[in-house]
Amino acid sequence: MSGSFRRLISGRSTAVLLASLGAGTMATGVLLSENGSLAAEAKKKLYPPSSDFPDLRKHNNCMATALTPAIYAKLRDKLTPNNWTLDQCIQTGVDNPGHPFIKTVGCVAGDEESYEVFAELFDPVIIDRHNGYDPRKMTHPTDLDASKLKHGMFDENYVLSSRVRTGRSIRGLSLPPACSRAERREVERVVVTALAGLKGDLAGRYYSLGDMTEKEQQQLIDDHFLFDKPVSPLLTCAFMARDWPDARGIWHNNNKTFLIWVNEEDHTRVISMEKGGNMKRVFERFCSGLKQVEHLIQERGWEFMWNERLGYILTCPSNLGTGLRAGVHVRLPNLSKDPRFSKILDNLRLQKRGTGGVDTAATGDTFDISNLDRLGKSEVELVQLVVNGVNYLIECEKKLEKGQDIQVPAPLVMFKK
Amino acid sequence: MPFGNTHNNFKLNYKVEEEFPDLSKHNNHMAKVLTKEIYGKLRDKQTPSGYTLDDVIQTGVDNPGHPFIMTVGCVAGDEESYEVFKDLLDPVISDRHGGYKPTDKHKTDLNFENLKGGDDLDPNYVLSSRVRTGRSIKGYTLPPHNSRGERRAIEKLAVEALTSLDGEFKGKYYPLKSMTDAEQEQLISDHFLFDKPVSPLLTCAGMARDWPDGRGIWHNDNKTFLVWVNEEDHLRVISMQKGGNMREVFRRFCVGLQKIEEIFKKHNHGFMWNEHLGYILTCPSNLGTGLRGGVHVKLPKLSTHPKFEEILTRLRLQKRGTGGVDTASVGGVFDISNADRLGSSEVEQVQLVVDGVKLMVEMEKKLEKGEAIDGMIPAQK
Repeated sequence: MSGSFRRLISGRSTAVLLASLGAGTMATGVLLSENGSLAAEAKKKLYPPSSDFPDLRKHNNCMATALTPAIYAKLRDKLTPNNWTLDQCIQTGVDNPGHPFIKTVGCVAGDEESYEVFAELFDPVIIDRHNGYDPRKMTHPTDLDASKLKHGMFDENYVLSSRVRTGRSIRGLSLPPACSRAERREVERVVVTALAGLKGDLAGRYYSLGDMTEKEQQQLIDDHFLFDKPVSPLLTCAFMARDWPDARGIWHNNNKTFLIWVNEEDHTRVISMEKGGNMKRVFERFCSGLKQVEHLIQERGWEFMWNERLGYILTCPSNLGTGLRAGVHVRLPNLSKDPRFSKILDNLRLQKRGTGGVDTAATGDTFDISNLDRLGKSEVELVQLVVNGVNYLIECEKKLEKGQDIQVPAPLVMFKK
Repeated sequence: MPFGNTHNNFKLNYKVEEEFPDLSKHNNHMAKVLTKEIYGKLRDKQTPSGYTLDDVIQTGVDNPGHPFIMTVGCVAGDEESYEVFKDLLDPVISDRHGGYKPTDKHKTDLNFENLKGGDDLDPNYVLSSRVRTGRSIKGYTLPPHNSRGERRAIEKLAVEALTSLDGEFKGKYYPLKSMTDAEQEQLISDHFLFDKPVSPLLTCAGMARDWPDGRGIWHNDNKTFLVWVNEEDHLRVISMQKGGNMREVFRRFCVGLQKIEEIFKKHNHGFMWNEHLGYILTCPSNLGTGLRGGVHVKLPKLSTHPKFEEILTRLRLQKRGTGGVDTASVGGVFDISNADRLGSSEVEQVQLVVDGVKLMVEMEKKLEKGEAIDGMIPAQK
């Protein structure tokens, strides 16, 4: 009895109390209210994993495909070191059944360790989403040496603008679905302090979302830089809009060619862009900027989340690896009407979006063309793939203009085994 | 949320100032009450089921509010929230419920025979009558916090209880996730169907999780008694009919509720209630009776009279549009209902509606005849 009494007064969990005192006994202190809500521990026993397993019969997302009752039962009561749970990872996928044509991911990480603690779910999701890339068997190459990029100058009669984006997470702090206000503010502090150290063509300034003036806001909208509170239920159901706009903001350089979003869907989203077709310069600035920011945070004892299985760790499994989307806005009036257009894009491992970005339609004949893949190929490889692919599309367009025929290229090989 | 709340302990590594929300642009009851001191005092606490202060206030942090409409800005995750976080919730309750003190007692009276009159509201003016309330089932956590397993258990118990009713209460349950298109159409035409909450006040509090799992609508064959399962509360109970016979609506309301309560008690899951706060519901604004009794009434002349708002205030009534909360009136028809929930009983609140609407209809008739109504304006109730 003395053992359990000691446990009582040290304030440990109510399950211990229940076990040591037996049913029906009123406890001293305010640990248990009669007929009241069950303590968290006791609840786990009364509600086995099978009672909590989500109904995914009408769902079409990677999580719903991968999650079995057995995996759920094994992982439900596990916690990451930051005390994030499986239910929190999958909530967005439970709440958003998906679309018959578009397979969303349906789960997010709350911290770096989520990908490890819940590997039995995340591994099959990654294999599904990243075309067979198996994090248990393969390693991801990281290569930010922009000098390796060839033919990165597009015909500006066709390419209107060029852009490369990625994300970076600060190791040691929880990700946007999980972070507390203090953690989010710390991310902002770490990043903004580092960015203040950028010089030359990268020198710039930070605009906190909560504090910006009307004028600043309008300018950022006109520049197409401003991001707003997420409205997509894919993000809101993953708890990413909590406490908005606390600790969110936008940094950009004075030239408006290098831009960083702070605490939107990831700790940081890094964007290099300019009008015209000089993808080489865009990529050079991208790599140089990223390296400088990394150096600046390392000086203060911080680093980016990265490992050799998954590359750069980001909130959504779809952005693992490089997290990189390199793309152009390109005019393709003839090619876009050709019935072989989609097949050509598929084989080149490219995707098209409208000029408003993901889930928008194209206006006129201008398309956003970018890489499909993120994981299993390096940054240099992916940008080269976009460069080669877009050059090919332009060649096709020119041929069709002259009334010549075009060819569907052979499909690109995915992974070196 | 039902998830591991031990992230709460992790936050304790940060100072109060670092975690305290920025409420400088906020206008809701929670923001008016919460200080760093209260936050510091409560942030390491949790209810037995693991609900924390940050869970309570998240909806109020995410929804700064409106300069004209004061929302509550906090919710309970379980019965014990009102006890564990009383340093925050007592002042919120006092602000919202006209100075209700922590020592006050709330009177429950569901004896419909205590209502005087109410069966003779003029149907030329009063188009429909309705009384609703909510009930929470003891032993389960509330919609912001419950897990799928709990929500399904609540549904199962509710369906067992409701389908055992007979006579005027005989009816059927329609689970949201498996109703047919035809059933859905019918429920929409009857104005019974509730849909996934879109209001960020509710979604930020975690109440739309796992939709539509465990949610459904039960109604009697006569379509005069309706129960929503697992929307914003465990149960929302509604009695309604066309015309002005509020007395009959209230009778059915009381009888139905008492029948349902008996069945839940037999299963050792009675309703959450205590003598200080009355019926315990998710939102502090619905404590006490949780009752909104109201009518759709034609008041085209009275509603444009300069003293309309004052009359409503004195009668302890509020107006809404015919689409419900936050809608506008159409064709001079208003939804008039009691403003109070806590500190007066069900009978008292419905009495105010009955008496107040009767008076307003008489005022409307006078105004139609071109007569003045100044002599009829009541004293503050």
